[in-house]
Amino acid sequence: MNKFTLHTGVAAPMDRANIDTDMIIPKQFLKSIKRSGFGKNLFDELRYLDEGQPDQECTGRPLNKDFVLNQSRYQGTSVLLARENFGCGSSREHAPWALEDFGIRSVIAPSFAEIFYNNCFKNGLLPIVLSEEQVDKLFTEVQANEGYELTVNLEEQIVVTPSGEKIAFEIDDFRKHCLLNGLDDIGLTLQHADDIRAYEAKRQAEAPWLFGAIK
Amino acid sequence: MAGQTLYDKLFDAHLVRTNEDGSSLIYIDRQVLHEVTSPQAFEGLRIAGRQPWRIDANIATPDHNVPTTERSGGVDLIVDPVSKIQVKTLDENCDEFGILEFKMNDQRQGIVHVMAPEQGAILPGVTAVCGDSHTATLGALGALAHGVGTSEVEHVLATQCLITKKMKNMLVRVDGELGLGVTPKDVVLHVIGVIGTAGGTGYAIEFGGDVFRNMSMEGRMTVCNMAIEAGARVGLVAVDQITVDYVEGRSFAPKGEQWDQAVEAWKDLVSDADAEFDETVVINGADIDPQVTWGTSPEMVVSVNDQVPNPANETDQVKIDGINRALEYMGLNADQKITDIKLDRVFIGSCTNSRIEDLRDAAKVVEGRKVADNIIQALVVPGSGLVKEQAEQEGLDKIFVEAGLEWREPGCSMCLAMNPDKLGNGEHCASTSNRNFEGRQGFGGRTHLVSPAMAAAAAVSGSFVDVRELIK
Repeated sequence: MNKFTLHTGVAAPMDRANIDTDMIIPKQFLKSIKRSGFGKNLFDELRYLDEGQPDQECTGRPLNKDFVLNQSRYQGTSVLLARENFGCGSSREHAPWALEDFGIRSVIAPSFAEIFYNNCFKNGLLPIVLSEEQVDKLFTEVQANEGYELTVNLEEQIVVTPSGEKIAFEIDDFRKHCLLNGLDDIGLTLQHADDIRAYEAKRQAEAPWLFGAIK
Repeated sequence: MAGQTLYDKLFDAHLVRTNEDGSSLIYIDRQVLHEVTSPQAFEGLRIAGRQPWRIDANIATPDHNVPTTERSGGVDLIVDPVSKIQVKTLDENCDEFGILEFKMNDQRQGIVHVMAPEQGAILPGVTAVCGDSHTATLGALGALAHGVGTSEVEHVLATQCLITKKMKNMLVRVDGELGLGVTPKDVVLHVIGVIGTAGGTGYAIEFGGDVFRNMSMEGRMTVCNMAIEAGARVGLVAVDQITVDYVEGRSFAPKGEQWDQAVEAWKDLVSDADAEFDETVVINGADIDPQVTWGTSPEMVVSVNDQVPNPANETDQVKIDGINRALEYMGLNADQKITDIKLDRVFIGSCTNSRIEDLRDAAKVVEGRKVADNIIQALVVPGSGLVKEQAEQEGLDKIFVEAGLEWREPGCSMCLAMNPDKLGNGEHCASTSNRNFEGRQGFGGRTHLVSPAMAAAAAVSGSFVDVRELIK
């Protein structure tokens, strides 16, 4: 997994609540059996005017010029500002894969849907929860200033604005540790294999009907 | 000390260890796999040289991509080459690792959340995951069931555990009785309208009260299925005799002495009388009418006899913007009557509403009637091969076909249009599925979520109608 330590990049405002994972990556692109290559179809139905097909070359497709990430001032965006309940709906991990493949490293919103929030951490993408007022202020600033960049410092748990304002954010220690070091969850969990085996033996004694039934 | 909720009990019973930072490792008894969210997980295992921790904890079936028209030619004849690869990849992965899979033309194949309880693969008291947010469905059996992402699918395959944080507890209590023609789907849509699409975020929702106590297992599954549309990863209903009767005799359910032992253990799968919930929502069942969603989020729901909302009545700007955007996408006007919305297609199916009772409800309404002229297509897609077989034994297929609806092979179908069943641009659909998001059922498609009875009523009327007028 990619590490996340310190990142500075162009911020773009997605001014809309309840952005669901169908919107982030529409269903027809979930047919891939790979983890990469989803970036060109990120926000496909908002971004292009035609209906996208899997395996289609996207460079010649008609762009929706009103869509924020198509505007010239937001080219190269890597920090996405969003509204409440970002990532709701389907559990598809293709959503963070698409964001990451597009070049987004961090999403800042007042709240996230849980499955999406979890999935981000497995893919080196940092979701940051700030208060509605703080997010509002960032929206205002980014809209007013072309080339507006945000710095995200995970070690210190702060977002830094171009004026030098530091906004603190919360994150679980374990998730922070994994992200800072690019650690693989499975490897970490398997360090506790003895605990898992001990639990399993107890479970089998208590609920033997759950073992060996499906075959 | 206050008693425990059902969620607390299930969580504690599966706790392997608590990490220093407060996150927990919980043991997962069952994983259900399908073709869309598993290929990258199996690939991850192979790359790392890992084997599944426990083969007999897994069960698989293809559902999202499978065509629902005649498919006796098998996987090789799936027309869409990308879908074909995905279904084949699941077959190959299950064969390689020795995981039990009901392949496309096996009669036990079906939508994961229909197939797994039907087979007794999900039992009361288990923890279960699936790479699909509607795994919440399985909580209807008193099981702790999470939807997870693909990395977590791989994590559970490799370790039989999930890293998680304990959720908060919410009780949604619906008291009293439901009126005639008001179904579990109407109940859950109404609940989502009350608490909002993010109202359950961070909570496990237990559905309690007389309405759920008197509800069938099929109905409870419909309700738990949509807990995620209120933001909650987990929906739960306490175990009672209805649960036990449902499970008894199913393929993977315990038998003989183990059955008695299991039933005894399951008696504790209820919230203690003095359990404390972080949040409680109380609704009177008699206040619920048949529901219809008008917008692009499941919380945008009203009674069939209401009107589309007017943004002028709102004060919050984010909400006003949301309503305006939804009205534009849906091609509706503020204050328009729900019964004035013209429909183009009808879809009866999905993991929410494709079980035998759903099909019976719909058949009752269309029997002796005909699909309206303006309806281009009305699909009935059973949730599994076994549901299909039972419906055919009861003659439901004939009622549907006679009325002009199409009777299909089991799969996810038009719920998310990863297969050939989809809406055309701008078309309105009365759908028994679970999400009315933009583009969900097809590019530019306009979804209205309803119960099977309401979808059937819409099919024969051509627009929304209060189903109570047809079944008086």
